[in-house]
Amino acid sequence: MKIGVITYPGTLDDRDAQRAIRLAGGTPVPLWHADDDLKKVDAVVLPGGFSYGDYLRCGAIAAQAPATKEVIKLAAQGLPVLGICNGFQILVESHLLPGGLIRNEKQHFVCRDQKLRVENNNTAWTSLFEENEEILIPLKNGEGGYIATDETLKMLEAENRIAFRYLDTNPNGSMNDIAGLTNERGNVVGLMPHPEHAVEPGFGPDTDIAMRSGIDGLRFFQSVLKMAVNS
Amino acid sequence: MPKIIVEIMPKQDLLDPQGKAVANALQRSGNKEISAVRIGKRIELHFDRPITDQDMENASAQASSFLSNDVIEDVVAITKED
Amino acid sequence: MFKNKKLAASGVDTTEHAVAEPDRDQPWKELGLKQDEYLEIKNILGRRPTSSELAMYSVMWSEHCSYKSSKIYLRQFGEKVTDDMKEHLMVGMGENAGVVDIGEGLAVTFKVESHNHPSYIEPFQGAATGVGGIVRDILSMGARPIAVMDQLRFGAPENPDTARVVHGVVDGISFYGNCLGLPNIGGETVFDAVYQGNPLVNALSIGAMKHEDLQLAKASNPGDLVILFGARTGADGIGGVSVLASETFESTGPTKRPAVQVGDPFAEKVLIECCLELFHAGVVAGIQDLGGAGISCATSELASNGGKGMKVQLQNVLLRDESLTPEEILMSESQERMCAVVPKKQLKAFEKIVEKWEVEYSVLGEVIDEDRLYINWGHEEIVNVPPRTVAHDGPVYDRPVALPKYQKALNKDSSSSLKRVENATELAAQLMQLIATPNQADKSWITAQYDKYVMGNTALSMPDDSGMVRVSEETGLGVALATDANGKYAYLNPYEGARLALAEAYRNVAVTGAVPRAVTNCLNFGSPENPEVMWQFKEATAGLADACLELGIPVTGGNVSFYNQSGDVAIYPTPVVGVLGVIDDVARRIPSGWQDDGNNIYLLGQTFDELDGSAWAKDLHDHLGGQPPKVDLEKEKELAQLLHGASIQGLIESAHDISEGGLGIAVVEAALRFNVGARIWLGEMLERDAIDMTAALFSESQSRVIVTVGREDDVKFQALCEARGVPCLRIGVTDATSNMVEIKDLADLKLDDIRAGWVNTLPELFG
Repeated sequence: MKIGVITYPGTLDDRDAQRAIRLAGGTPVPLWHADDDLKKVDAVVLPGGFSYGDYLRCGAIAAQAPATKEVIKLAAQGLPVLGICNGFQILVESHLLPGGLIRNEKQHFVCRDQKLRVENNNTAWTSLFEENEEILIPLKNGEGGYIATDETLKMLEAENRIAFRYLDTNPNGSMNDIAGLTNERGNVVGLMPHPEHAVEPGFGPDTDIAMRSGIDGLRFFQSVLKMAVNS
Repeated sequence: MPKIIVEIMPKQDLLDPQGKAVANALQRSGNKEISAVRIGKRIELHFDRPITDQDMENASAQASSFLSNDVIEDVVAITKED
Repeated sequence: MFKNKKLAASGVDTTEHAVAEPDRDQPWKELGLKQDEYLEIKNILGRRPTSSELAMYSVMWSEHCSYKSSKIYLRQFGEKVTDDMKEHLMVGMGENAGVVDIGEGLAVTFKVESHNHPSYIEPFQGAATGVGGIVRDILSMGARPIAVMDQLRFGAPENPDTARVVHGVVDGISFYGNCLGLPNIGGETVFDAVYQGNPLVNALSIGAMKHEDLQLAKASNPGDLVILFGARTGADGIGGVSVLASETFESTGPTKRPAVQVGDPFAEKVLIECCLELFHAGVVAGIQDLGGAGISCATSELASNGGKGMKVQLQNVLLRDESLTPEEILMSESQERMCAVVPKKQLKAFEKIVEKWEVEYSVLGEVIDEDRLYINWGHEEIVNVPPRTVAHDGPVYDRPVALPKYQKALNKDSSSSLKRVENATELAAQLMQLIATPNQADKSWITAQYDKYVMGNTALSMPDDSGMVRVSEETGLGVALATDANGKYAYLNPYEGARLALAEAYRNVAVTGAVPRAVTNCLNFGSPENPEVMWQFKEATAGLADACLELGIPVTGGNVSFYNQSGDVAIYPTPVVGVLGVIDDVARRIPSGWQDDGNNIYLLGQTFDELDGSAWAKDLHDHLGGQPPKVDLEKEKELAQLLHGASIQGLIESAHDISEGGLGIAVVEAALRFNVGARIWLGEMLERDAIDMTAALFSESQSRVIVTVGREDDVKFQALCEARGVPCLRIGVTDATSNMVEIKDLADLKLDDIRAGWVNTLPELFG
């Protein structure tokens, strides 16, 4: 199964996303931002980084790229899309997900292992998690505080569109402790933490079992592969 | 040089952490009369020829669709300058 | 595209003018040159230099660029080398960075550099551009940068100016390194009043490549084009190199503000990807990054290294600021620029790639078959020099050297004069006090601001003893890197201090299971015009070179930073030494903290009463005097080989180097890491080594490591130690449930209590 990973100028975690796809059993397909040909992939990942140096607003310029425009089109037809960190910012700027992401309350970049609760396991990217399962995923960002109007928040809560919530600490002041969202259909998911950094034993977050053994992120990619097989 | 100036501010009712941090710093350095700070952007669009009404319309469209994110920002002014 | 420039016939000093007006007054002094250097330039050229030539020589002959005060000593690193040591060395000193073969057709390049003075003036940009500069050095060898580390030394923690520098520097490194997508895998942070006006910001980068990817900085084919690409050239750092690094800070003079470079990591990230694509497409014959001395350096070095010459049209440089004069363009230190040598037939392919990445470029000129560098401004010749005289044949000084007047008295003032507490409660209190001092406390406040995950290959990072990254995903082949320095030891004895720094970095690599292979260094010292400082430098370089020879690992490159002093007060001589090691499979790496319950804790090595220069002496008693601990490099080698052998057999669960703070600190650190306690007994140690409890806890004797071994491997491990003649003493057992470190006849220390002090120190000072 082919999963595309888009590289924009300034993207940083594309190769890590490709590795995660490979470890999950899929075939990663590198895609270039300026090219609207998505090479018939079965799903797309918008990876983390600082596309266009976060100029204007995080993800704002990347949202205008030909590849992004094609993703928006195909997402409306059900293409599974995962936006990680800067990718989440691109999804929000593209209006595929509601709200906004702004600078951290504490104004410092922070890299930490973050506990999350998976609150919606009916999306293309979370079907292999239990409902309300607690997972550990690395977080690293300076702009990531989720904001939205009261109306939007009410809607998101009511429709169970909050895919992940921060547990223990809210690292960036996100409203309602929102760490990630899904769209109505469940094919588009965006989150600030980085599942692609918790896919390989020895390189993930520390757990009670052993140093760097956390691989909770792998099931994001395995979920979408399972979905493709089943569809 | 002819230009169109677009001014953008964060939405009134939303958080402006940058503004808050700056306000705190001003207060700490003795400017207690400043009650709040909000920080926005000023964007200049330069032209090689005089600006037309169509240009202003286009700029307005770009301002609300791309130069600002209407979820978190407001375009508060679009003016032209010779 | 660039605007057609008018002939700047008026105001530009040409070679013709230089001949016609030989006696013009020139600002050689303001540019940092000495009179004899100015006269030498006239001698080389047979006339006075044009102002552009003067600018070039002034930056290239500055201390920072020419190493004029250090050259005669740095030669030792290339001379005290055996053929064995050079076995894995693909590129040695003199290039942008050293390159080491690590096996499987792969190579690693690494280097550490300083950016001290700019980081005092503008901490954020100083540190940021420091990272940017070292990463470009690595990139220009043909490698993909894969990690960074930093070694920071700040002033007294409570001094308000320290906070200014700390915030700026950490923010700057975080900003630049994170935006480049490079994991920060380790380093050091030290606080001492001696660095108050002269903080040290050293930055290291590692890159990985296939052997055939190696690039060199030379222009050797006449007809090849010389192309400047990346960011546009502006007024950044003009005169920074020769003005800043060659003068010390005066306490009453005006602040030297304008000469700071401003960095854009996004531009550099794009440049990295663009360059790697250019390299892999084979369109580049030579490459040089633009750092200190910008275009002056790139052109003269490329020409000189290639043994050829160059013809350059300076008006072709793309500018940010059209008002820059030719001299300013030549001296500009604008960041994120590279200079490529491109064969004419590859130009189209070159253009296609840079255009894909939206990187700007301009053809400055071409390589010629003459030993001359010609630079024109429009139709006028403003530079006509032999490139070697600019780039490599700069002045070489043999500066006066004198034993410091204070040295004898300092060495006599041993810490044995300090009263020692004997009461267990007071000793325990000293340990609790020491672990909470800024130098020993938890550094997470800093390190959490760095990305350690990006690239997905970080096997070990802070707070482990060295950083380790996987280089080959197929086989797990990886490298470990540790950087260490102890300014206090070097102040007491520069020769030994340098040896000790190497020994510690070597040991820190060995404890992870990797085999040390190569060395880099950043030598931070006071003013070379001070004979006492020059003595320290002479001693330290000899100490390092001799030690490298003894350990059998070569220096592959490094950096010298002089003039780290304010008025008459120089910093401690601070030679930072980095050791690179190779591990066949990172899965085999040994962590530094305890994870398992019921493991035996072994102390390897012997402990002597060596408290001079220790953290106990300085941070608890404000005492610095005597002689630093002795180091036996044969013992270090044996220890390293033991650790390697044991790790291959999978006998070791954890290994932690004993260094600053002594055994007491090492034990506490290993326990705090994963919150695993222990029961410790030191009675046998006190007896066998004939020392008291203070020495047991706080002595900084060398060649010591604490390891934990699973019960099932005890016998094998002890046998291994005996066979290799490494002293091995069981001093405890881990306890994952007690939440305590119980030291017999001393105290039962609750981990929560220790943690409370340890974790809050930096946030309280700087948060």
